[in-house]
Amino acid sequence: MFKVVASRMIVPNMHLLTLEAPNVAREAQPGQFVILRAEEEGERIPLSIADWDADLGTVTVIFMNVGSTTNRLAALQRETSIPTVVGPLGNATEIEKYGTVLCVGGCYGIGSMFPIARALKEKGNRVITLVEGRSSYLFYWEERLKAVSDKTIQITRDGTKGYQGHISRLPDILKDIDEKPDRVIINGCTFLMKRGSDVTRPMEIDTWVSLNPIMIDGTGMCGVCRVSIGGETKFACVDGPDFDGHQVNWDELLQRRKTYMTEEVVPLRTSRCEEHRLRAQGK
Amino acid sequence: MVDPKKKKKKKKPLDLNRRAMPKQAPEVRSHNFGEVALGYPAALAIEEAKRCIQCPKPKCVDNCPVEINIPGFIKAIAEGDFARGIQIMKEKNCLPAVCGRVCPQEEQCEEVCVLVKKEGQIAVGRLERFIADWEAEQGKIEIPKKAPKTGKKVAVVGGGPAGLTVAGDLIQLGHEVTIFEALHKMGGVLIYGIPEFRLPKAIVQREVDYLGALGVELVTDFVVGKTRTVDSILDEYDVVFVGSGAGLPWFMDVPGENLNGVYSANEYLTRMNLMKGFLFPEYHTPIKEHKRVMVMGGGNVAMDCARTALRLGAESRIIYRRSRSELPARLEEIENAEEEGVIFDFLTNPVKYIGDENGWVKEIECLRMELGEPDSSGRRRPVPMEGSNFIMPADAVVCAIGNSPNPLIAATTPGLETGRGGTIKVDPETMKTSKDRVWAAGDVVTGAATVILAMGEGRKAARSMHQFLTA
Ligand SMILES: Cc1cc2nc3c(=O)[nH]c(=O)nc-3n(C[C@H](O)[C@H](O)[C@H](O)COP(=O)(O)OP(=O)(O)OC[C@H]3O[C@@H](n4cnc5c(N)ncnc54)[C@H](O)[C@@H]3O)c2cc1C
Ligand SMILES: Cc1cc2nc3c(=O)[nH]c(=O)nc-3n(C[C@H](O)[C@H](O)[C@H](O)COP(=O)(O)OP(=O)(O)OC[C@H]3O[C@@H](n4cnc5c(N)ncnc54)[C@H](O)[C@@H]3O)c2cc1C
Ligand code: SF4
Ligand code: SF4
Ligand code: FES
Repeated sequence: MFKVVASRMIVPNMHLLTLEAPNVAREAQPGQFVILRAEEEGERIPLSIADWDADLGTVTVIFMNVGSTTNRLAALQRETSIPTVVGPLGNATEIEKYGTVLCVGGCYGIGSMFPIARALKEKGNRVITLVEGRSSYLFYWEERLKAVSDKTIQITRDGTKGYQGHISRLPDILKDIDEKPDRVIINGCTFLMKRGSDVTRPMEIDTWVSLNPIMIDGTGMCGVCRVSIGGETKFACVDGPDFDGHQVNWDELLQRRKTYMTEEVVPLRTSRCEEHRLRAQGK
Repeated sequence: MVDPKKKKKKKKPLDLNRRAMPKQAPEVRSHNFGEVALGYPAALAIEEAKRCIQCPKPKCVDNCPVEINIPGFIKAIAEGDFARGIQIMKEKNCLPAVCGRVCPQEEQCEEVCVLVKKEGQIAVGRLERFIADWEAEQGKIEIPKKAPKTGKKVAVVGGGPAGLTVAGDLIQLGHEVTIFEALHKMGGVLIYGIPEFRLPKAIVQREVDYLGALGVELVTDFVVGKTRTVDSILDEYDVVFVGSGAGLPWFMDVPGENLNGVYSANEYLTRMNLMKGFLFPEYHTPIKEHKRVMVMGGGNVAMDCARTALRLGAESRIIYRRSRSELPARLEEIENAEEEGVIFDFLTNPVKYIGDENGWVKEIECLRMELGEPDSSGRRRPVPMEGSNFIMPADAVVCAIGNSPNPLIAATTPGLETGRGGTIKVDPETMKTSKDRVWAAGDVVTGAATVILAMGEGRKAARSMHQFLTA
């Protein structure tokens, strides 16, 4: 069992969970993920590692409450525990000295980008972080990101902070600040990564994304996480999750992520309240 | 003086009537996940056991990979002394309830039974299962006395049959044993692959609990090569045993293989067995309700997938490129599948999966095959018939064409030599790998094989490891 050390909502619908998982904390590197189960009957879901402390033996994840498992994780109280936290899985994000690196994060990817930016900075890169979101109230960890970045940029759909619009504005933003990154790394929702890769392609900037297909084991055993990269099938859990964004078959990924859409709503319609359940059974 | 001829005559006549084991009726079992075979009741087991003629040089034993004293345990059953029976069994086999169910007996112990020529071979597997289930029914399982502590530490990678056997053997010899398992449950293929209706998970759990009671430390959610490398484990343990199986699924490289609704057998079975998808939404891992499931392949894994699909209410078909007589699955499983209503499309091979506008598979384009000259395996090679393309409707495809070892451990362990298909190379006598203090056995060495072979070779490794630890 893995103890919950901290659990809170950090911005609306976005949750932070810190777990005691010393084995994972000891080996974790930027860009890796864990698989966890919220309870004994639970599904296995992958979440990126947003931070860790090898000395304390803790691992932090940040997740959006989107369905039955994240719902249960969001409701966890401190000092309770969950049955599975396994990892660190996947390959670490490649950290080299590239020159200027633009780190793009959106949604949960703002969190998972933090250790990547930190490592890139330590490696001597010029780090620009760009966070993208619907509105400024959805941004978090701004101070932490600032501390590891040479420059920070925001884009909001509603214009409440930074540039208005979404990632497709990247070309004018770069012109504005007069920078040309040597590498772009994008973490977050599939649309952000796809659109981001679309805008950097004509600019010919190396772009790396952290793919998020459906997973079960995370060790290369089931093949559900397969993605097409440059026409070749790869297992995202062991060959990735980072891939060249310009080579990803995004339509296939978006399609495959929808496989269980009709089933996923079933548990949400089933109440966990005993009284509701009995009433539904006509008792 | 007794006439020797007369004496012979007096001898009991051979009873060649192999006692059938009760089963759930096909029309009933094809709608539930309960075990298909129900096991012998005691009276029937005794009758069957009495048929064994107690060969002085029993061939059956030679053909059992773990050399169980077969006439010995059968005699005990015949005499109604079940406690002695299980004791004899456990001298050689720590997972009798499992082997009695899933061992390919017809190709091993039973194939060479002296009565086989008269088609009356003793049902060794069924008796093995009987004696194991009898013990479980007694409620208390005896914990054997362990050898005095040696102070040596053994790490076992993988909680499948190979790993469980090594752990069981070495803990009894006084070593400290820890099993590291990647998944959240021990048991390997027995837990995530073989379906409930063939091997109830409670039985596997019972065997795992037994190891726990013996003092084996059971660590789940631990991926060796990721959570910790073999080298780092070697810093803390005296020896390492690798029994990580052959868990990497093969696909066929057919266009459309990444459409929604196309699964590997591992995914399909893991969702069902390990994650208990058939109990969704009580268990939270979803499975789809498919109408027409096409399983590619003809081995035991394909049979398991097809029979699972059937139980979920789908029309279930097996697409196999050769004919019925080349099916590699056990005959018993083929017959079970046929009885339950799985439809076989022989001499058929997929060439393309065709999707609908939402990216879901809706049709399979196939080719008819004919059998040509025998290939290196001795089976006649399937040859496509030019221009025979045809379309079959389907809303799911399960690819059950094989697995090979997962490369993770080899890739993260310098000095560990691998051979064909990513298998780990070992000395066939000792199961010692090319790396100091590391042994390996089971599917990771042989490629996908059988439970009993994994156990037999695991036992060899345990013997050699013990020698090393006590030298
Ligand atoms: C490598 C990787 C890292 C990820 N990191 C994060 C993260 O740091 N924070 C975060 O909020 N999300 C992350 N995700 C996505 C996260 O796994 C899904 O949001 C989560 O599984 C949803 O589960 P649910 O039961 O709450 O929702 P559901 O209602 O079951 O599903 C909602 C959607 O999530 C996706 N999903 C469902 N089950 C799985 C599964 N087993 N594996 C992957 N995706 C699934 C599907 O697209 C589905 O439509 C990551 C995914 C991957 C593959
Ligand atoms: C569907 C199916 C049906 C079968 N039916 C039969 C049958 O009827 N009869 C029969 O005799 N055989 C059958 N087999 C074959 C049999 O199950 C295998 O030969 C046997 O399980 C091999 O045992 P093993 O211990 O070598 O490996 P496995 O059972 O594969 O166990 C390996 C274990 O190691 C774990 N592991 C892998 N990598 C790591 C890692 N890096 N770190 C930690 N743990 C790791 C895995 O999660 C797994 O639990 C079947 C196989 C399948 C898939
Ligand atoms: S373990 Fe398998 S081969 Fe050996 S006696 Fe039992 S059924 Fe026969
Ligand atoms: S070969 Fe057959 S008859 Fe002879 S001991 Fe073995 S099981 Fe009995
Ligand atoms: S999650 Fe199963 S192979 Fe990647």
